[in-house]
Amino acid sequence: MEKLDPVALGVFIALFLFVTVLGFFAGRWRQGDLTQLTEWGLGGRRFGSVVTWFLLGGDLYTAYTFVAVPALMFGAGAVGFFAVPYAAIAYVFMFLAFPRFWSVAKAKGYVTGADFVRGRFGSRSLALAVALTGIVATMPYIALQLVGMEVVLAGLGIHGEWPLVIAFVILAAYTYASGLRAPAMIAVVKDMLIYATVIAAVVIIPVELGGFTHVFSAVAAAKLTLPADAFSNPGQFSYATLALGSAMALFLYPHAATGVLSSSSRHVIKRNAVALPAYSIVLGLVALLGLMALAAGVKAMPQYADGFARFGNNYAVPALFLQMFPSWFVGIAFAAIAIGALVPAAIMSIACANLFTRNIYREFFKRDCTPAHESQVAKIVSLVVKGGALVFILEGQSKAAIELQLLGGIWIIQTLPAVLLGLYTRWLHPRALLLGWIAGIASGTWMAAQSGFKASVYVLHVGGMALPCYAALSSLILNLVVSYALSLVFNTLSSARQDTTLTEDYV
Amino acid sequence: MDGRQKGGFRLVHLLLIVPFAATLWVPFYNRALPDLDGIPFFYWYQILWVALTALILFIVYLAEGRE
Repeated sequence: MEKLDPVALGVFIALFLFVTVLGFFAGRWRQGDLTQLTEWGLGGRRFGSVVTWFLLGGDLYTAYTFVAVPALMFGAGAVGFFAVPYAAIAYVFMFLAFPRFWSVAKAKGYVTGADFVRGRFGSRSLALAVALTGIVATMPYIALQLVGMEVVLAGLGIHGEWPLVIAFVILAAYTYASGLRAPAMIAVVKDMLIYATVIAAVVIIPVELGGFTHVFSAVAAAKLTLPADAFSNPGQFSYATLALGSAMALFLYPHAATGVLSSSSRHVIKRNAVALPAYSIVLGLVALLGLMALAAGVKAMPQYADGFARFGNNYAVPALFLQMFPSWFVGIAFAAIAIGALVPAAIMSIACANLFTRNIYREFFKRDCTPAHESQVAKIVSLVVKGGALVFILEGQSKAAIELQLLGGIWIIQTLPAVLLGLYTRWLHPRALLLGWIAGIASGTWMAAQSGFKASVYVLHVGGMALPCYAALSSLILNLVVSYALSLVFNTLSSARQDTTLTEDYV
Repeated sequence: MDGRQKGGFRLVHLLLIVPFAATLWVPFYNRALPDLDGIPFFYWYQILWVALTALILFIVYLAEGRE
């Protein structure tokens, strides 16, 4: 078990207190009327290029990412590196499609992707499906941020449940009070800490380990690259499908939509698609930390045995930092990860709150709800969502959270036809889209179930060939086939649409 | 109207296919050599393509701005 290190702990707590003050202060920043949902839940759509860069960077590259990606590299080697091409090509989708999404949302006052689907296709049930998918896919993601925080707290020698509870209560309080402005401001601090940590790590650690040649020589030859047989599982084909499927899913997540919609113009989104890959380079370096942990041999060291026993390979990076960094810098690095959990957890809970309020509460329970009432409901829902995630993890359900998050990726991509293709065409029939969504969810869940929810890759047998394919991608193809085929049928019956958006709303 | 819709498709957008081809065709980079200061090809190539993707997006962004 880790001993309490007063220096590391002191630095950690000081940084944590600093962002707490910042979070409460944030409500007054570019002050708006926080009783409006666009103010509380989207920061008034006023964030410029720089703030959006920090906000989306803090939002998409979560604490769990920075723990789990190197953990996967640590355990499985090259296979885990698909996160890097994924985090490159996702920005092509962002660049192409999401300025359109922003424009129509601005023109029509949409706060969520489901708002857009409701307006574009005039279908309450399709919008509900999109909203529920978003909420269900995001909830386990929030829970996983707690796992990321738990790991570094243990690394600091803090045990028990109370620190996690305190951190989340503080987070819940300033999210409630300040809305999206809180994570936006804290993201600036978090991202700078992350950059400092990662740059220091990739400069110092390889030198201490005797150079990159030595680092990579610690990796078993079979794990250094992917298997030569392209269709082995895991292998090259599954690697490419994981990268592509994840990239297509990324901006369909509600927290990504929230970040995109909070920007002040469509050009901010384009500029950010150009500038955000800077974080992906950091992610690539973070992934390499997993291999450095392997070379450092932390798993065999008795002082980290407890951590590995409790958290598995997720303890690889904290152990590496403890081994390689002086105490004060351990404090900074761990604070970067813990604060890195707060930012996405806040944005995800706001995104869920926006979805629930707009697309479930106002749509089905209180049609005549005032903007102030709407904003109040969202604030309360953001508390409930975080409370739920906290209880889930304290109940020891982190394994279930990981499995649900894996399913979340498969589920969220099923909203692509309605949300992403909907930006370009209304030819698709809402009823066909709903049936396609059902087919995608059902087939994707079934494929994941075949591995007991352990693996997201399912082997398809096509013409005598075995194709190990990311289940999100193969189930999306089924979804698209159903959506298009049934649209042909339904459109001949009735091609009328209740599209409330106009062509000029999209540019 | 010059027939080109604002925000519509232009030839320069074809450049955006390149990152997909470069990163999703795994056999091309699934090798250890040539290494870069001890970092195997597999790893530095993909990190390099993150930067090149950003560069391509920047070129397209600039080209769009000149409408």
